[in-house]
Amino acid sequence: MSIVIFLCILLALWQGFYWVFVDLMEVFKPYSVPSPLGVGERFVELLSDGTLLQATGNSLLRGIAGYLIAVLLGLAVGLLINHFKYLQKNLKPLILGIQTLPSVCWVPFSILWFGLSTQAILFVVVMGAAFSIAISVDNAIKNVQPIYIKAALTMGAGKRQLYRHVIFPACLPELVTGLKQGWSFAWRALMAGEVMTTSIGLGQTLILGRDLADINQVMLVMVVIVVVGIVIDKCIFSVIEKKLLVKRGLWVQGH
Amino acid sequence: MSLQLINLSKHFEDSENATLREINLEIESGEFVCIVGASGCGKSTLLNLVAGLIEPSGGQILLNGKEITGPGADRTVMFQDHGLYPWLNVIDNVKFGMKLAGVSAEEQEEKAVHYLKMVNLLDYRDYPIHQISGGMRQRTALARALTMDSEVLLMDEPFSALDKQTSNRLRQELQQIWMETKRTILFITHSVEEAVYLGDRVVVLSLEDKAPEIVNIDLERPRHVYSPEFVELRRGILAKIRGEEY
Ligand SMILES: Nc1ncnc2c1ncn2[C@@H]1O[C@H](COP(=O)(O)OP(=O)(O)OP(=O)(O)O)[C@@H](O)[C@H]1O
Ligand SMILES: [Mg+2]
Repeated sequence: MSIVIFLCILLALWQGFYWVFVDLMEVFKPYSVPSPLGVGERFVELLSDGTLLQATGNSLLRGIAGYLIAVLLGLAVGLLINHFKYLQKNLKPLILGIQTLPSVCWVPFSILWFGLSTQAILFVVVMGAAFSIAISVDNAIKNVQPIYIKAALTMGAGKRQLYRHVIFPACLPELVTGLKQGWSFAWRALMAGEVMTTSIGLGQTLILGRDLADINQVMLVMVVIVVVGIVIDKCIFSVIEKKLLVKRGLWVQGH
Repeated sequence: MSLQLINLSKHFEDSENATLREINLEIESGEFVCIVGASGCGKSTLLNLVAGLIEPSGGQILLNGKEITGPGADRTVMFQDHGLYPWLNVIDNVKFGMKLAGVSAEEQEEKAVHYLKMVNLLDYRDYPIHQISGGMRQRTALARALTMDSEVLLMDEPFSALDKQTSNRLRQELQQIWMETKRTILFITHSVEEAVYLGDRVVVLSLEDKAPEIVNIDLERPRHVYSPEFVELRRGILAKIRGEEY
């Protein structure tokens, strides 16, 4: 509850600032400073003509599609670098390096290879998320307590059984944390990809706002991007994470 | 059947001296053999070798005449810190080994209930692991180990993380179970009292390169830790561990 009050205070201060410095004293130009009322007005307009819902829906679909590909790729690469010592030694440092690239760096490649298409956006999303997922898969498997594996081995577990009945369930909480982080990378990469294209989406609506010198629309889209990101994080990943930890007695209140 | 250690040696790559040198030991079917020795003398190393979790640098381990080459269900281990799976509840942990072996669901249930009863834990069958006490966890681990019907049960200080009262009770229960089921048990402990209480024989590993000494415990079970014979055996073994003449 306290956060709602805090946000209201923040909004009031912001609106007050706008009235004083933009409306009254004219220190800043109105096209360079958004205001809560202006953003709200734009919100109602874009909502009623359907643009906002369509843009959000498109972005979400692309984000999820790209993310799912990234998860498959990340799991595969993560398992491979975990399983083969050679790859662990030689490929993992490379992946760690690539992972530090901001996803916008993949935009030139994606345009050259795929043109201004949905595939181009998906490519940026996959590149932005897959490597971080691969690294977290590898780390999660490495962090499985050796005694879990030893115990299973002395009960006759084969390689397959070890992965299915021990390693997978043991690293599940950490895996979900990795997938959550992967999603936040994917969502950010999506925006990097979308601002370059002309097909309807949040990123494109944002750039459109800039082109129309409509700072309120720019701000509105930014808010929507944040809200969607938070909702998915809190309503999906954090819920699963908590469930897993509670079941194992690892959940610490307020942690 | 028997478990034979023949000239068994282990020298870890990164350590200066060999941890175990030319150990010879034969354990008969149904025997309860305890291994004691100072900390760092190689007790856990010996157990891990028999379990097949590490490889010997020399010598052989034979189970029923066949050389051991890796871990297997015929040599189940019960660890000091239980090694139970926190994502499974008590009974599913007990069933785990049977599930790996492809035992039918009915038989899993039947055996799990049987052994949970034996370790007095049936009332807790559906509890998650983090909601039962340390002693109950070791009991669960014991029940899980018993379901495996292994040729040899290997136990590495299974009760040493528990308070004295609980560990005394568990060793009594273990003895009871052993007398009922006649398993072959290789039991490691740093408590000489525990070793003399449980074992048919006590093997004393030395910190130096001396060959292990073997003490037969020819006392009736259940044994009384304050009986003169018990105290005498215990003192003798303690002296051997400290390297004193006795
Ligand atoms: N993986 C390993 N690599 C190198 N040295 C090891 C390894 N495991 C054990 N050692 C060494 O072997 C020796 C014996 O260790 P071990 O764990 O078998 O002793 P222990 O008798 O079980 O002692 P404790 O009673 O404290 O459990 C120690 O000096 C230890 O440092
Ligand atoms: Mg030890």
